[in-house]
Amino acid sequence: MIEERKSFIAWLQAGPMMLVFIAFFLLPLVFVVIVSAWDYNEYEMLPAFSFRGYTDTFEGCIAQLPDLCTILKTYAKTVKLCFLTWAITLTIGFTIAYFLAFHVRSKTWQIVLSLLCTIPFWTSNVIRMIAWVPLLGRNGLVNQGLIDMGLIKVPMEWLLFSEFSVVLAFVHLFTFFMVVPIFNSMIRIDPKLVEAAYDAGATGFQTLVNIIIPLAKPGIVIGSIFVITIVMGDFVTIGVMGGQQIASAGKIIETRLNALQFPAAAANAVILLGITIVIISALTRLVDIRKEL
Amino acid sequence: METRRGKSFYILAAVFIAYVLFLSGPMFAIFVLSFQGPEGGLTFPMNGVSLQWFYKVFEGNGVVNIGAAFKRSLALGAVVMLITVVLSVAAGMAFRKGFKGAAVLFYTAIASLIMPSIITSLGIALEFRLFDDVMINHANELGLGWFAEGWTTAMGLFTSGLGAHLTWTLPFGLLIMFAIFNRFDGRLEEAARDLGATPWQTFRYVVLPIILPSVVGIGLFGFTLSWDELARSSQAIGSVNTLPLELQGLTTTVTKPDIYALGTLTSAVSFLVIFLALFIIQFLQARQRRHGSDAGKGLV
Repeated sequence: MIEERKSFIAWLQAGPMMLVFIAFFLLPLVFVVIVSAWDYNEYEMLPAFSFRGYTDTFEGCIAQLPDLCTILKTYAKTVKLCFLTWAITLTIGFTIAYFLAFHVRSKTWQIVLSLLCTIPFWTSNVIRMIAWVPLLGRNGLVNQGLIDMGLIKVPMEWLLFSEFSVVLAFVHLFTFFMVVPIFNSMIRIDPKLVEAAYDAGATGFQTLVNIIIPLAKPGIVIGSIFVITIVMGDFVTIGVMGGQQIASAGKIIETRLNALQFPAAAANAVILLGITIVIISALTRLVDIRKEL
Repeated sequence: METRRGKSFYILAAVFIAYVLFLSGPMFAIFVLSFQGPEGGLTFPMNGVSLQWFYKVFEGNGVVNIGAAFKRSLALGAVVMLITVVLSVAAGMAFRKGFKGAAVLFYTAIASLIMPSIITSLGIALEFRLFDDVMINHANELGLGWFAEGWTTAMGLFTSGLGAHLTWTLPFGLLIMFAIFNRFDGRLEEAARDLGATPWQTFRYVVLPIILPSVVGIGLFGFTLSWDELARSSQAIGSVNTLPLELQGLTTTVTKPDIYALGTLTSAVSFLVIFLALFIIQFLQARQRRHGSDAGKGLV
């Protein structure tokens, strides 16, 4: 009786949050899937079954083989940007987390230094991105500095509105999402294990590879999931930092939406969702997220 | 641990400093350039120093009404913050008791957190469009003709926009609650119960005062995440824009430093909120220390 009452109250307490997720997350996802199989014309969607959204997306892809059609090229580019960002954020994030966890000794300093890593989050998303313009632009600080030093004669154009600047902005924004979970895993490593490894004659590198990386794996996986899912679906950063010239999986959806082709947008969303789920389920095989909180 | 710092410490410290410079460099560039002189452009060097770009922002440059967007974002942020705090604390308490479907809610929250924002945004937009269609086309059959006449859209700042923001802030709120309760001593609740406290009294006088500093943290997250939210709002906000959306529109058209001034102003709001939250947290922790224990004070 008491147990029943307790679980009823728990339901009341968790219910509102569940309702919000149902109304604004689960149902919308269902609509995306349904609408992706609808027909459409120039200006509205038609509630009739059709795979046009999908077939239009891959139009001419088979005919063009072995060359990649636009959509496949776009996905290939998105995956490439995603991989670059992942590799760089992981390297930097791991190094920073290692420093904070093993070299900074007092807890206060750990907190202060971690807070410093959140600097990019103190300003708005868009501002963080346009902040690169005065630095990387044609007449920006970097180009002018290099010209003044006599290293280059003509300003480098590829610094801004290029794949370089897109990846740079991603790294700037999202390395923090690697640092936090990896740091969280690392501070749980018993220092005695590291000492034991040294006492047994392991070099620093051996300790890193055989002790620290395996034990930090859950953090690495969680950080990777964060970074990969954000970059795969991104259209804002790629838009602003790519000068609206670089296509990505997220931008396809945005373009279709602006053209009011909702079923086509939904079909692309389903494809993106499928790819994201595959990546995540591959990664979660490696770790149980729930144990890590 | 050894007492002398090895060579690796200095190398890693240098890497860390470089990383922090990398993080903060662009922001400082913006802050400095927003004080650009009247003749100055979008890049260095500074051409004198002035406040005129700030005046320009407050006057409004005719294209968009930044002031209105500013107020809308503040209002939305405040509502999102409130709802995030209340729902997260409530759900956090529920997870402590355990309930059927706890795992479902947890994984839904995680999925909502890592779902590419454009998909969530698209879904909410579709949901509201279909709802509008139903209202306009079928309301007559339901005998709601008078209602359908005036119907335009259910989409708006505090319907679809609010929902879009909550799918982003609630998972963070819930995860913070998990972190709080992982470090919470459950014996305190038991003690309160043994002394005859009702569940509400236990929550109000024992649990809440202890977790309050962290709850302020949830509020801080809720507001700042909403204040900066862009991707999820993009398709689901309806006819009016939030500040980040207006800013994104400006990036392609503005050629003067007033956008930097605007950036400095929005950052100032974030700073203000962060410092306010830290101040409140400090205050609450100090109060906890004062009232926390009566050990050694004898019987009153």
